[in-house]
Amino acid sequence: MSNIPETGRTRRVTIRLVVLQILVLSLLATLGGRLWYLQIRNAKEYTAKATGNHIREVVEPAVRGEILDASGRVLAGNETRLVVSVSRTSLLQQKDGGKAVLARLAEVLGMPAKDVQEKVRLCDAKTAQPCWNGSPYQPIPVTKEATTQQAMQIMERREDFPGVTAQPTAVRRYTGVEGANMAQVLGYLSPVTDEEVSKTAGKSGLDRYLPADQIGRAGLESVYDRDLRGTAGITKLEVDNLGRVIGTAGTVAPQTGDNLVTSIDARVQKVVEDNLAQAMADARKTFDKVTNRNYEADSGAAVVMDVHTGRIVAMASAPTYDPNLWVGGISGKDYQALTSKDSNFPLLNRAIQGQSAPGSTFKVISTTAAVQAGYPLDGTYPCPKSVVIGGREFKNFESESFGSITLEKALEVSCDTVFYGLANDQWVKDGGIKPKKEPADWFFKTAHEFGLGAKTGIDLPSEVAGRVPDRQWKQSFYDNNKDAWCAQGQKGGNSYSDQIARENCVDGYQMRAGDAVNFAIGQGDTLVTPVQMARIYSALANGGTFYRPTIAKAVISPGGELVREIAPQADAKFPGDEKLLSYINQATEGVVKSGTAAWKFAQAGWPQDKIALHAKTGTAEVEGKQTTSWLTTYSKDYAVVMTISQGGTGSGGSGDAVRRIYQALYGVDDKGGIDNSKALLPAPQAELPKFNPDGTAIIKPVSYGAGAAPSAQAQASALTPVVAAAPALLDAAQPGPAAAFLDEAPPADRPVSYTAANAALEPTRGPGRGRA
Amino acid sequence: MTSYGSYRQLRLAPQRGGVSKALLAKDSPLWRLDWILLLAALALSAGSSLLVWSATRGRDSLTHGDPQYFLYRHLTNFVVGLVLCSVVIAIGSRRFRTIVPFLYVGVIVLLLATLSPLGSTINGQHSWIQLGGGFSIQPAEFAKLAIVLAMAVVLADQVDAGEREFPSHRAVFRGLVWACLPMAIVMLMPDAGSVMVMAAIVLGILLGSGAANRWVLGLLLAGTAGCVAIWKLGVLSQYQIDRFAAFANPQLDPSGVGYNTAQARIAIGSGGLFGKGLFHGTQTTGQFVPEQQTDFVFTVAGEELGFVGALGIILLVGVILWRACRIARQATDLYGTIVAAGVVAWLSFQAFENIGMCLGIMPVAGIPLPFVSYGGSSMFANWVAIGLLQAVRSQRPIAA
Repeated sequence: MSNIPETGRTRRVTIRLVVLQILVLSLLATLGGRLWYLQIRNAKEYTAKATGNHIREVVEPAVRGEILDASGRVLAGNETRLVVSVSRTSLLQQKDGGKAVLARLAEVLGMPAKDVQEKVRLCDAKTAQPCWNGSPYQPIPVTKEATTQQAMQIMERREDFPGVTAQPTAVRRYTGVEGANMAQVLGYLSPVTDEEVSKTAGKSGLDRYLPADQIGRAGLESVYDRDLRGTAGITKLEVDNLGRVIGTAGTVAPQTGDNLVTSIDARVQKVVEDNLAQAMADARKTFDKVTNRNYEADSGAAVVMDVHTGRIVAMASAPTYDPNLWVGGISGKDYQALTSKDSNFPLLNRAIQGQSAPGSTFKVISTTAAVQAGYPLDGTYPCPKSVVIGGREFKNFESESFGSITLEKALEVSCDTVFYGLANDQWVKDGGIKPKKEPADWFFKTAHEFGLGAKTGIDLPSEVAGRVPDRQWKQSFYDNNKDAWCAQGQKGGNSYSDQIARENCVDGYQMRAGDAVNFAIGQGDTLVTPVQMARIYSALANGGTFYRPTIAKAVISPGGELVREIAPQADAKFPGDEKLLSYINQATEGVVKSGTAAWKFAQAGWPQDKIALHAKTGTAEVEGKQTTSWLTTYSKDYAVVMTISQGGTGSGGSGDAVRRIYQALYGVDDKGGIDNSKALLPAPQAELPKFNPDGTAIIKPVSYGAGAAPSAQAQASALTPVVAAAPALLDAAQPGPAAAFLDEAPPADRPVSYTAANAALEPTRGPGRGRA
Repeated sequence: MTSYGSYRQLRLAPQRGGVSKALLAKDSPLWRLDWILLLAALALSAGSSLLVWSATRGRDSLTHGDPQYFLYRHLTNFVVGLVLCSVVIAIGSRRFRTIVPFLYVGVIVLLLATLSPLGSTINGQHSWIQLGGGFSIQPAEFAKLAIVLAMAVVLADQVDAGEREFPSHRAVFRGLVWACLPMAIVMLMPDAGSVMVMAAIVLGILLGSGAANRWVLGLLLAGTAGCVAIWKLGVLSQYQIDRFAAFANPQLDPSGVGYNTAQARIAIGSGGLFGKGLFHGTQTTGQFVPEQQTDFVFTVAGEELGFVGALGIILLVGVILWRACRIARQATDLYGTIVAAGVVAWLSFQAFENIGMCLGIMPVAGIPLPFVSYGGSSMFANWVAIGLLQAVRSQRPIAA
């Protein structure tokens, strides 16, 4: 052992051991560094991932708020359906994966066992429908139309049906109260798409769409979706790696949406809808001498507006459809029927989306324009049977001639040649075919001042603006169509449209005399919507204020408290002075007394001396089609506008219908007698409805005389049994996960709960909303 | 020679009450124990029982409904390991050296038995022998010990006898042959992870023994060539290749191969500084990390005890390795140095590979974290290693 150190180590070994030690230390330091990187530097990212890993959300949809009419009648409510659903989470906890339970359930529901099994399996690439493509933690509905007896059987034998619940669930229902349909105004709901869900996943509250959400896609349902929708309840479940639920990490109860009170009166709405339909049916029986066939009356619209506020009392569009087709998901066949070319597009709300030339109803604007341009009100203007302008002959309707007449008379008898002359005069003053640098354009300017060519801003989606064919529009229209016109012109055809194309190709941007004079009588390229006209005639009635049309009056909390009021908004003023306004009012009253509409009003027994009406008729020509009927009218409180496409003349097509609407509003019988007790709404309803503490509206019959509105009373009594049972329904169906209402009642109380269940099956307005 | 004497003194103390007196005597081997090493290993083993418990208490399919099933078994393994450690210390380094051949033969027999129908297959590896009653042993763990001891005996033989300054080429060659035999058998199981550990042990021993540089470099080259050959020749099973692929690209298949590593990283990363609290880790409670009581036990610490707890484990491992290196440097003979260097290579490689795999910087391999992972064989082998280190240390005078 002489040359060997006592420790057994040589220098080489010692060095190597130090190397080993340094190696080991650096390895451990690496681990520490990496640990810091994951746990301190990137902790946030991994925490988020861990949360996403183990939290699954189960959504309990909120009950959607109701849409009420001005008296509190439910236009769009909720009805209760018994939904039987199955929780996969608890099925999987059973030994056979829930097979036996599903078989028993199928027996109770009277469905083939295979159907039930297929409904609760999860969709994947290999599994075709039927299957469940929602969250596996969400209870899967097996049927939405269980009977009370089936629900009883399931809930009384809970031990035989673990994971199965029968629960009353609120489903949207368009009540058609008082027979009013209102499909296009109310709109419809449809489920959110996967894309919408993932797009809004990072947001919270109302901005976030949850998988079970139904959202408004049209009409009021869409515009006031955020008010109506409510907040869905969310239960956060903790799950393990196999998705088994191991705990709950918090529950937020759903919050019922707010109710929307509208200015619609369901009874007036019904009258307007019926009379529009009647007018169209009548038009189809009327022979059109120009086209040698009956009028087609393919579509129409009618609006009743409160002239003092711009609020809509009724709005009808034809053709229409049953809004309940959308409830619970529209079938492909129904959807096709509503949207195909042959359907004539009943989804369109023609009161705000239908546009056509206004015809002579435009003349109140022309009159204002002429006065603005400096033509004296008390002057007289020639009304020959025709005038020749720009080498073309422009005729009066049926070639009538009235000699020299005042503007008032021209408006009353609807003399086109007076306005042709004025418009041509102005066109020449503005420089004619070579316009001045800044032409006065009184007629176009005034049309814009009356709100034409712009959206009225009504609280409905997809409103159209119409069109004022001014110089600007002509230029842009020419720019867009020049190539097509020139191409058509070059083909050398000789038809009328080929000639026009050749002409347009050269100077289509020019404002020609013909364009200017056509515009003055509301023909040609001018387009307006019924709601625009209702707004204009309301302004004439109310002393000259253009109100923004609105349908919603107020948002009311589920507890009946006012959340916000939607106040009337004045957007513009009548451009002329008071004298002109009263002059026009006189003229439009003359139309009813002795003018173009007299045969449908004064001469048809309307008590004009007691309830003064004003009107203007319009018959717009449409190339290749029959004439559009326009009738724009107003009383001191209401403007009523009706238009029927291919429906004939203004008074002939819509006169009777509009008069009958006034008859209903004011309680006037066919002979002109006034019975206040029969008047539906002799004055617009200013007050909001009163609400019970549970949020249901107190529907007081609008009584201006004894025994008014019997229909409202009838409705109230018809609903009485529901009210009696409502508390039971209310308790059980209010939030509370899987708290099937039948749970509450022990078997001994069977008759009681049976009543409650029966009530639940009635088309009431859903949980918490039994209503008097 | 003094240490040998004290050992005999302990063994021969016959009087009643003399044992405790002898233990507390000034030259008692208890004073010679490396208490820092012992306490670090004790802390790791005791603390790990909480981690194993947390990882398994909800795993009904494994625990047969008894949440403490793994806790009790882990503690049992720990106690048995402690007993084995004490026995090794009591035997003493010199005497132990004489029984190494018997141990080696015993381990080879066990390994062969594993390959025979007596063995059973878990996760595609034929590496276990079922003993009944839910107990099983994994002889590969003992093979690591056998390699350390056999190589130490062979390489130190001539040097400790004073015949040479460094092991001869012949001795190194013989040592490698003894090491390769168990490695070959384990490779057949196939348990590539254990073979990697054994290769690391061999490398550590060659370093610590003072064998010529060419052997160290040669082994490194051979190891690299071997890896390439294994890859090219397709000796590895598909799941092993998948593990490496997942390591190279964790986003490859997050629900399949990459799942383990992704979930392990989420568990650790979401722990933050102080962790979610014992039994409150969502990844652990939700059983998102597979094999969490064995190979991925470190993720429990990362998630529930946070950076502080996880770093604590790394530091404790560091303390053990630091003391082991110190023992290697201070050993009275080359045998002791080689044993300690082998243990350092063994434990450090396993700790680095295991924790590194949990942290996503090493490929996934079925290698337990020393003293922490659940598993009897591993726990026993680790404590025997501690016993060997203590025995080596006890052999020299305290004064040094």
